[in-house]
Amino acid sequence: MIDFEIPASLGKQLQILEQVALNVMRPASRHFDVHEHDRPWDYIKLMWDGGNNAGHRERASSGDLLSMSGGESGEKVSGPKIRNLALMYTVEMLSYGDCGLYLSTAGGALGAAAVEAAGTPEQRERFLTRFKGGEPKWGAMAMTEPQAGSDTANIRTTAKLTEDGKEWILNGEKIFVTNGLMAAQESPGIVVVWATIAPGTGRAGMRAFVVEGNTPGMTVARLEKKHGIRASDTAALTFADCRIPYDNIIGSPELAKAEGKDSKGFAGAMKTFDATRPLVAASAIGVGRAALDFTKDFLFKQGVTIRYDAPPNVLTAVERDVMRMEAQLRAAWLLTIRAAWQMDSGISNSLEASMCKVKAGEAVTWVTQKAVELLGAEGYDCKLLVEKWMRDGKINDLYEGTGQINRLVVARRMLGYSSKEL
Amino acid sequence: MISFAPTEEQQAVIDTIRRFSRDKVSRARHDADENNAFAPALVQEGWRLGIVGGWLPEEFGGLGEPHSAISAAIYAEELAYGDLALALQVLTPALFGLPMLKFGSDAQKARWLSLLGEDKQPALTTAFTENGWSFDPNSMKTTARREGDDYILDGVKVRVANAEGADAILVYANENGATQAFIVEKGTEGLQISQRESLMGLRALPTYGVTLNGCRVPATARLGEDNGCDIRHLLNVSRVTVAGLGVGVARIALEHALEYAKQRQAFGKFIAQFQSIAFMLAEMQMEVDSARLMTWEAAWNLDKGNEATRECVLGFNYANDTVMTVADRAVQIWGGHGYIRENPVEQLLRNARAFASLTGAAML
Repeated sequence: MIDFEIPASLGKQLQILEQVALNVMRPASRHFDVHEHDRPWDYIKLMWDGGNNAGHRERASSGDLLSMSGGESGEKVSGPKIRNLALMYTVEMLSYGDCGLYLSTAGGALGAAAVEAAGTPEQRERFLTRFKGGEPKWGAMAMTEPQAGSDTANIRTTAKLTEDGKEWILNGEKIFVTNGLMAAQESPGIVVVWATIAPGTGRAGMRAFVVEGNTPGMTVARLEKKHGIRASDTAALTFADCRIPYDNIIGSPELAKAEGKDSKGFAGAMKTFDATRPLVAASAIGVGRAALDFTKDFLFKQGVTIRYDAPPNVLTAVERDVMRMEAQLRAAWLLTIRAAWQMDSGISNSLEASMCKVKAGEAVTWVTQKAVELLGAEGYDCKLLVEKWMRDGKINDLYEGTGQINRLVVARRMLGYSSKEL
Repeated sequence: MISFAPTEEQQAVIDTIRRFSRDKVSRARHDADENNAFAPALVQEGWRLGIVGGWLPEEFGGLGEPHSAISAAIYAEELAYGDLALALQVLTPALFGLPMLKFGSDAQKARWLSLLGEDKQPALTTAFTENGWSFDPNSMKTTARREGDDYILDGVKVRVANAEGADAILVYANENGATQAFIVEKGTEGLQISQRESLMGLRALPTYGVTLNGCRVPATARLGEDNGCDIRHLLNVSRVTVAGLGVGVARIALEHALEYAKQRQAFGKFIAQFQSIAFMLAEMQMEVDSARLMTWEAAWNLDKGNEATRECVLGFNYANDTVMTVADRAVQIWGGHGYIRENPVEQLLRNARAFASLTGAAML
């Protein structure tokens, strides 16, 4: 039955998260925007400890990304499977608080998601249990290189097997690694590094490797200074003869063979994105909602109310804008929770996952830019957070595949085309 | 619990309507548009799909289920996926019947709802829309004035489907600032059906202007009699149903665009292989899905009994924008061929614009 009712248990959890968003995150927003590379330890510890005590790590905040790939993960929850759905609501609410702080949350994140999606049981045990207790730890994914963004098959970082076959040696440079500093250097976390074992073979040679925090040969080259989401550390990592055990190649041992024509390693990464793109969409919508709520409240105080049922010819331009902002965000949100519901229901969703990401990236960009515009001079002023939300929101149209790459994914799925055909 | 899957019963109705739309309506669509009419047999067949049978009380030949705005929106989508003009023509008696179900007095229900249970489509319709760019359903120009035991109706209505030969028309009018509805039976003095209208699209749908000139009806003809009706609720039901129709038109336009892009070649490859076309298709799909989900959520709110004017308006606006954009993109993808009336997307572009003035024109 078509239904839009939120499960009661989730509703209660969201009330708590809303308090965190408004009372913990918002007051810290500006500080970590201005002091770009400060770490928000109060928030990090609150979420990490809260996760341990309230079970957040299991299904919500930090370890949330541990088992996003669906499948067995849903079994941990009794009743209907809502793991992914709950995750969307959680991420949306934390991003409503502050998107940069949300991204700084300790936990396995993308790195752990890749291990969960494509790793062996032994690897899950070895790399993921660390995220269940002790001090805060981070997981990161290192894929992008200076010359290879969406074109991931063009990655140049190499993984070479030592002569005795016991170790891999990684060499190369990675950029745009979210939480790269925390995962590689400031905690015993993990970095999942994408590298080729057969240079020049494109996707066929692509494999993923786990590099544990503080492994010699892996260094943080720099932290990026960004347009927005400044609370989140975005690192460039250098790998110079970085040695890791043979078993750190994600997946089955056969994947180590260079001649393998199949690109299961690459497919593993793509599978991760089916699960994570809706999360980016959810985060985008949280930022958009922050800007929209603020704008509506601001306008209301100026005496502007939205007359939803007035005929079109009497609506003001501001009313039309606000109605459109609401509709665009809501449509993006519905696409997002549909993609999550599909994951929870075991329905393949790569078309819908990319679709919600495109829509949400575009919606948050437009809605936040519109919010600054509607507020006039005040919207542009750093006394308010609206200008920050506009800078934060834009990232969602860029990372985890730009809007264009995701349009391509949607089109290929609709048309039944391979990457060679389109 | 959040879910996007229709019930088995809904799915069965969807499949039935979809077969009808695909196998019969889509073949008749072009000629009907050129000849200004569908074959009466096809309209009757559409009526016999039993779309209104679900909510029609058992004593009148229906299943007696509660009216569901979600079902209405879903079934509307499937009907319009075949053809918008046919969908509206099939649904026309429901425009009379649903307000009757929701607000009619027992006597009114007994008299009129029984007609909806019959195999033959009843000649019942509704006069809602008025001319003029500033038409406001909450402040109509057509007036209803109480005089003793009667009401006197004055005004001019447009887009009244099947008005010619209708046994009764449900006329909406302004009664002291509130919109109420009145049953005006065939032959009532002062009721005049004008010439058939000629419109940009919906050419197969027979619509007429209706003039009410001191038209006198008894007080018992007022919908709901002393209780009247809640126009806001009826408008909201209409909004989500019309939005569903819009999604259906957008969906068929997208389907035609996709098929064409996969078989038309240019510069040595299929045009779908060019990103400029592929991105258009991706965006069309995104907007069709968005419009559908917005519509469903608004309808769900209505079914929950929520005051959902905001959701219904936003859903309707979304569908209205979507159907126009998607039909336009479909013509664009077909290129010059899309402008030729023999090809299916041309008609869809004309029909798509109808949604801008269709509120109040569909409930089921």
